[in-house]
Amino acid sequence: MKSISCPINGTRPLQEFQYGGEVREMPDPDRASDEIWTDYLFNRRGEPGVTREWWYHQPSGTWFIAERDIVKDEFLRTYLYGSETCDE
Amino acid sequence: MSRRLPPQPGEWIQRDKAVEFRFEGREYTGFQGDVLSSALWANGINVLGRSFKYHRPRGIYSLAGHDANVVVEDRLRSNLRGDVLPIRGGMDLRAVNTGGGLAGDRYRIMEWLSPFLPVGFYYKAFHTPRRFFRFYEGLMRRAAGLGRIHVGARADMSRKDYAFCDLLVVGAGPSGLSAAIAAAEMGATVLLVDDQPRPGGSLCWQHLDAPESRSDLLEKACALPNLEIRSNTQAAGWYADQWVALVDDRRLTKLRTRATLVASGCIEQPAVFHNNDLPGVMLASAAQRLMKLYSVKPCDRAVVLTANDDGYLAALDLADAGVVVAAVVDLRPAQSCTPVAAEVAAHGIEILKGQAVYEAVVSRSKNGIAAAVVCCLDQNGQPRLSSARRILCDGIAVSVGWAPNASILAQAGTRFRYDSQLQQLAPHDLPRGVFAAGRVNGIFALEERIADGRQAGLAAVAFLGHQIEVPASVPRSRTAHSHAYPIFDHPHKKNFVDLDEDLQLVDLLNAHQEGYDSIELIKRYSTVGMGPSQGKLSNMNAVRVVARLNGQSLDQTGMTTARPFYQPVSIANLAGRRFHPYRLTPMDGWHRQAGAVMVPVGTWFRPEYYATKEKSRADCVLEEAREVRRGVGLIDISTLCKFEVAGPDAARFLEQIYTGRFARQNIGRMRYALACDEMGYVTEEGVVARLAEDRFYVTASTAGGEAFYREMQRWAIVFHMNVVLSNVTAHMAAINVAGPRARGVLAEIAEVDIGATEFPFAHVRDMVVAGVAAIVMRVGFVGELSYEIHVPADKAAGVWDALILAGRNSGIRPFGTEAQRLLRLEKGHLIAGHDTDPLTTPFEAQLDWAVDMNKSFFIGQRSLRIHAGRPLERRLVGIAFAYGYLGELPEECRLIVNRGQIAGRVTSIAGRTTVGGPIGLAFVRPDLAEPGTSLCIRVDAREMSEAQVVRLPFYDPDNTRQT
Repeated sequence: MKSISCPINGTRPLQEFQYGGEVREMPDPDRASDEIWTDYLFNRRGEPGVTREWWYHQPSGTWFIAERDIVKDEFLRTYLYGSETCDE
Repeated sequence: MSRRLPPQPGEWIQRDKAVEFRFEGREYTGFQGDVLSSALWANGINVLGRSFKYHRPRGIYSLAGHDANVVVEDRLRSNLRGDVLPIRGGMDLRAVNTGGGLAGDRYRIMEWLSPFLPVGFYYKAFHTPRRFFRFYEGLMRRAAGLGRIHVGARADMSRKDYAFCDLLVVGAGPSGLSAAIAAAEMGATVLLVDDQPRPGGSLCWQHLDAPESRSDLLEKACALPNLEIRSNTQAAGWYADQWVALVDDRRLTKLRTRATLVASGCIEQPAVFHNNDLPGVMLASAAQRLMKLYSVKPCDRAVVLTANDDGYLAALDLADAGVVVAAVVDLRPAQSCTPVAAEVAAHGIEILKGQAVYEAVVSRSKNGIAAAVVCCLDQNGQPRLSSARRILCDGIAVSVGWAPNASILAQAGTRFRYDSQLQQLAPHDLPRGVFAAGRVNGIFALEERIADGRQAGLAAVAFLGHQIEVPASVPRSRTAHSHAYPIFDHPHKKNFVDLDEDLQLVDLLNAHQEGYDSIELIKRYSTVGMGPSQGKLSNMNAVRVVARLNGQSLDQTGMTTARPFYQPVSIANLAGRRFHPYRLTPMDGWHRQAGAVMVPVGTWFRPEYYATKEKSRADCVLEEAREVRRGVGLIDISTLCKFEVAGPDAARFLEQIYTGRFARQNIGRMRYALACDEMGYVTEEGVVARLAEDRFYVTASTAGGEAFYREMQRWAIVFHMNVVLSNVTAHMAAINVAGPRARGVLAEIAEVDIGATEFPFAHVRDMVVAGVAAIVMRVGFVGELSYEIHVPADKAAGVWDALILAGRNSGIRPFGTEAQRLLRLEKGHLIAGHDTDPLTTPFEAQLDWAVDMNKSFFIGQRSLRIHAGRPLERRLVGIAFAYGYLGELPEECRLIVNRGQIAGRVTSIAGRTTVGGPIGLAFVRPDLAEPGTSLCIRVDAREMSEAQVVRLPFYDPDNTRQT
């Protein structure tokens, strides 16, 4: 079983976590065309390589961002949303 | 005839403890420490099992857990392997896969039929006609070669443990021990596992000339408090991020380690010649194990077939044990000569260089061998039959090569390459945190294995973050310990590549001829390597054969994929315990005592209804509902999800989460709240009560609320909102008191005035109820006057009791989820997730009134704008059957049919109601949504029913009763 490093709780087993999908920026709903909006809703990148994903640590209720190499299924780093720059 | 030797140094048997057991109905005696195979062999028994397909006699072959033909069962357990099964007093065992017993197995006839059973016979023969499948199945099951399943046997529950360490070392041989010691000395917590009963690995049976190595290593290992040794424990599987399954005879241990070091050694490989499977032919390592661990003589007169020094050492061991070694047959050409060969020659043993055993001659009893036919090899490595010579013997010890015991390394993602100096596979590319040492790493000399173990142990410690200097790695052995092609064709075949599956060389040749030219295809077509030992004794030779047939290198040919488990694991170890935690409300005990029938709802248990003697479920439900309509009832709604939303941005946040307006909601007021996902589809509904300017109390559904809360948390982050969300579902319990007499009941125990003007509909109040601080809401809920009382969970049971007591003169009674559902349906309330599906918009569900499209933003708004511009595809409507309708009612999800076309489906239905006839909710095409429209609803394949669309709600349309 994989382990994932939660930025708040440290390394915990996968079964404590829930996957929350790719991180996507919501387009401005008032300006976006229907095409751009539906592309945001229904299309995912999913290409091999490093993706930024939402993960949720269930027992503590912590959302965080993971950078994961989905080819190797390897977690490269995890951090709280919005704190990626101060993290480096 | 006893083959037991006088006491040997380091033997595993305890001669003062005799063990009596039965095998195939006969009594035998062995010693404590014996395995079944060794005890029977000591008693002079040659035939320990029958082969899978041809039912040939089989004896000891590896004595290392890979003898897949010596499989036995008793009255409880099946498929036990004789070569690793410790004997115990009173055991009563029989061989599996025989027709009427091992000795007279009537399926021996299969051997005579073997010319008619070519490779792929089953695929070719048993595919038509289809109607015979049943018959074929019976045949196949009987021929499957395994034991019976004892259906009456007690289900054994095996323990599950968890363990953690810095470094797991697999294999307690010289390199494993040395690695574990080196790592533990540096302070790492080390777990050393070995599947044998005692640590030491090959030091127990192969290197007895160096007894101090084993005692030194064990002494050091035992002195280290941070080094734990587990014998009789197999590392069964390696999973992501160093998660390892350890299996022993009592339990499955789920180990999380930070690094894995594999020192699992090598598995000796067979030579392929005619009759290479008969009892008496065994691996040299098996002969050595037999002599050194169990003090049993493998045979009286032996021929040793070898291609390395290990065979010569085995010849010396045999001679020491009093076996006459008739010859050492060395596949290697004449020029090579080693010191150990000289020692063998000094014992007067004939050495035949550049020669091979071409066949084993069957003994007169047919249960063993009488001689070995030895031939010189020509320049191509093929036997020259003109030089054939017969050497009398009753045993052939084979030592022609080794294959790395690579299972765990391969599962961890290690790639192997063929080392042409060693003539065997060696790890080439180790994943991070995985280390290899000793023979599995291609290092053979004892001192070098110990040094390699130390090196790998220190490298592992350095990987774990210790600042230490890691010595240079030990170079691989430069002499071949394996022969490149110890495989010899024979006109009479019976030269087995795979003993598990009875595959002869010719079967692989034929499979190749039929076009199966890749190892993975040949594996699946011929089943080589698919038997119980999973190719541990056959894959290497099969790859050699295929590589030669394809004219490829062994690397090009590749290996088959190694998967868990290393050795078979009993299902008891895999069967999980039923572990589905569920939640109980504080009133759970009360409900059960009151006769409640409990149902699971989400992760909770709730009373479905309270059973009364001699009354049907439907009667009980209807009576509970009627009581609410005319008197007063109370229901435990503690399972509702309850959240607190606080902070300066709380109101703004709720505006974005929900479709309705909350910014200007007055303190002390409560509102219905509907939430959509980003696609504009209904996900949740509940109520929002404003307790203070910056503090809201929110409820959501039992089943969907937790997921909704999770999304609320995420949006709070994404929106950069200054809010604090607290899930108080477990902290707060809730009770709803409903019915025309509800006010009177609550007034008795509430410490404030709750008159209609003081506490009107859709208001929320902090108040003390039965001495407990409570949040009380005037909600619609079931369409009657009702109060929702939220109190801390630990006080809830007391409040419940107080309500029951206060209501006794009003005839208060509890009602369950079924009555609640009925009452809410009558009021036209939908249940999100039941009456809606994941693609239901609020417009379809007639919830337009709860959606404020003029807000600046809410989740789903942008998508709802798109939906709003399109014609509706369906509408949720109320349906009613004629009063006194007697026909069968359609079940939920039944189709509505209009002129032969599907025009909708039923989402809710209630047969007996407090409003007259049967009613329900249904999705229908918009042109059928007008009240008064008649609908045809399918009941089953034949029957249709008729209902009418009616205006919602069914009950009290003017809301006079709930306000």
